Amino acid sequence: MRRAVRPLILLAASLALGGVLAAGAALGIEIADHELSGRLALEGRWYYQDGAHAGQRSHAGGFVVEPNLYVEDAEGRSLTVAPFFRYDAGDRRRTHFDVREAYLLLLGEIGDGEWELRLGADRVFWGVAESRHLVDIVNQTDLVEHPNEESKLGQPMAHLTWSAEWGVLEFFALTYHRERTFPGRSGRLRPGLVVDDERVSYESAAGEWHVDMAARYSHSFGPVDLGVSVFDGTSREPCLACELPRLNERGELLLVPHYEQIRQFGVDAQLTVESWLLKLEAIHRAGAGNQIGVEQDYAALVVGGEYTFNGIFESDVDLGLLAEWNHDGRGSKATNVFDNDAFVGVRVALNDVQSTDFVVSMLADLEHSTRSLVVEFNRRLTDQWSLHLEGLFILAVDEADLTHYQTRRDSFVEVTATYNF
Amino acid sequence: MIHTLTVRLALICSCLALVVSLGWPPPARAETPEEKGLRIAREARERGKGFGNFTASQTMVLRNKQGQESKRQVRIKVLEAPGDGDKSLFVFDEPRDVKGTAFLIHAHKDKADDQWLYLPALKRVKRISSSNRSGSFMGSEFSYEDMGSSEVERFTYKYLRDEPCGDSTCTVVERFPLAKRSAYRRQVVWQDKDELRVWRVEYYDRKNAHLKTLTLAKYEKHLDRYWQAGELTMVNHLTGKSTVLSATDYKYRTKLNERDFTRTGLKRAR
Repeated sequence: MRRAVRPLILLAASLALGGVLAAGAALGIEIADHELSGRLALEGRWYYQDGAHAGQRSHAGGFVVEPNLYVEDAEGRSLTVAPFFRYDAGDRRRTHFDVREAYLLLLGEIGDGEWELRLGADRVFWGVAESRHLVDIVNQTDLVEHPNEESKLGQPMAHLTWSAEWGVLEFFALTYHRERTFPGRSGRLRPGLVVDDERVSYESAAGEWHVDMAARYSHSFGPVDLGVSVFDGTSREPCLACELPRLNERGELLLVPHYEQIRQFGVDAQLTVESWLLKLEAIHRAGAGNQIGVEQDYAALVVGGEYTFNGIFESDVDLGLLAEWNHDGRGSKATNVFDNDAFVGVRVALNDVQSTDFVVSMLADLEHSTRSLVVEFNRRLTDQWSLHLEGLFILAVDEADLTHYQTRRDSFVEVTATYNF
Repeated sequence: MIHTLTVRLALICSCLALVVSLGWPPPARAETPEEKGLRIAREARERGKGFGNFTASQTMVLRNKQGQESKRQVRIKVLEAPGDGDKSLFVFDEPRDVKGTAFLIHAHKDKADDQWLYLPALKRVKRISSSNRSGSFMGSEFSYEDMGSSEVERFTYKYLRDEPCGDSTCTVVERFPLAKRSAYRRQVVWQDKDELRVWRVEYYDRKNAHLKTLTLAKYEKHLDRYWQAGELTMVNHLTGKSTVLSATDYKYRTKLNERDFTRTGLKRAR
């Protein structure tokens, strides 16, 4: 879907809603509740330095359509459908369509507890940290959306939850592998070579149809929220150094993403005491290739916390201080920027009618001179429109810091106006 | 939670009336104002017991000094937890940018509340600190402390006087929050003697300045027993801002249960 088809999507969503309601009625299912909500966003992003790699443009901009359709029957069973479409004028690969969610939710009682089954495409979040989401692995990252890796592609799955007094136990069968999205030739925040979007390689003979399994136990023990997880299957993070780059028909060298079979154990914990939040996420991952394409088992960690001063200077303003330390056992062979990095941040929430807030955060490599700064501003303009301003400023890059060096000229400022309906 | 607040206060009052009408317990000695205040609070709590659960819709209209208005729409669900504080779930509908955000509170009598926030955009459940009691609830003149449950154990009390209010007589009781982080030094509560409904609360800040006044109106009785105010108006005397909270669609003893007030339940809250 490459063209701007916002009205069509809305029309389709309305028709889908009508269709579901009609189908439900025809099957004798009593529809107790239904709702169509969502957002439309206009976004402009400017990279104020010339790109480091050939063909890169200095702007990205376009719009997002993200409706959300929800239908619930009298027994509490529900259907959620949330398609997503982005049009981007700067990079054709950023123009993309996804089904973020399309799942059926069933639930019932079991003993003193309950079971819940979600069938279909869904998004699942694990973790507690702010600077990165280390244990979070169920969904593929929609990397073209934002380099912060918080946007995720919908993941087809069967997700069974069993919760009772003793906690929450979840099992996941992940039936199809989604490829990570990467910027195209004209896009920013990419390696020197463009990542191939046609050819992809899998360690498993089943390719993208390998069924990945995952499980998680979580519970609140007084002030401590704890999660323990395991994932066994196709890595969400591709190894870009495992396969030789290939020449395409236009004579361009492309990086071929290779998805290995991995096993990851994860733990996440948060201690909440008065104004303190103390956080820990740790993983052990086996089977993945490192920065130079050699398989290397490793452990990684993010540990830190957050302290909030409420109502500073006798006002309604809250001031939050954040600090986290990221460590990756592979050191300079880590495949990401978090090998040994400190994250510090300040969050100011005015707690006014417009919910205005500012966040300033810095990620600093403790071994190299690399530092980057993120500045964010959010404010509601009306009951339906809201404004988001963001700047990513790459302040210094050490040439020896390979993962950062590729994107050294990709500082940007961004404006997003969102209409929520 | 405003509802629990009003339920509790209403209960406080109705218990008092019951006790008075039965002429029990016989006063062995003169009751101190502190004992009387506490007794009223306890009686109200007793009257509030047994509601099971309820749901309601709340609309808040926020008005600044210039008269500009902004609207909030929240659905609330409350589950009685015998022996401990109630469990409450807020689901936000408006403003639309926070639509689907849900807020779960497990109130406790003897320790800090547990609170979780569900952020639908990331599908993330966040445990949040409950120490921000004085902070504004959604930019309104109600703070989390005002919205939260008024467990009897969270205050010390002092009965002040009886005085006429509307068609009936009100008891006026002063209560002092025990929490170090409370925004208030004291609150003064007017409750009618017949039905133990709260009609007015004055909030005094740490410096003892009269900060806010809450006025309650449009009471309705549910299940033939539980009084709920349909309109709560909070006026901030320092800023001139006000918030009118209208509560409608009260439904008692719904299908809600324990499982709707867990982190798993929070993720599917609508």
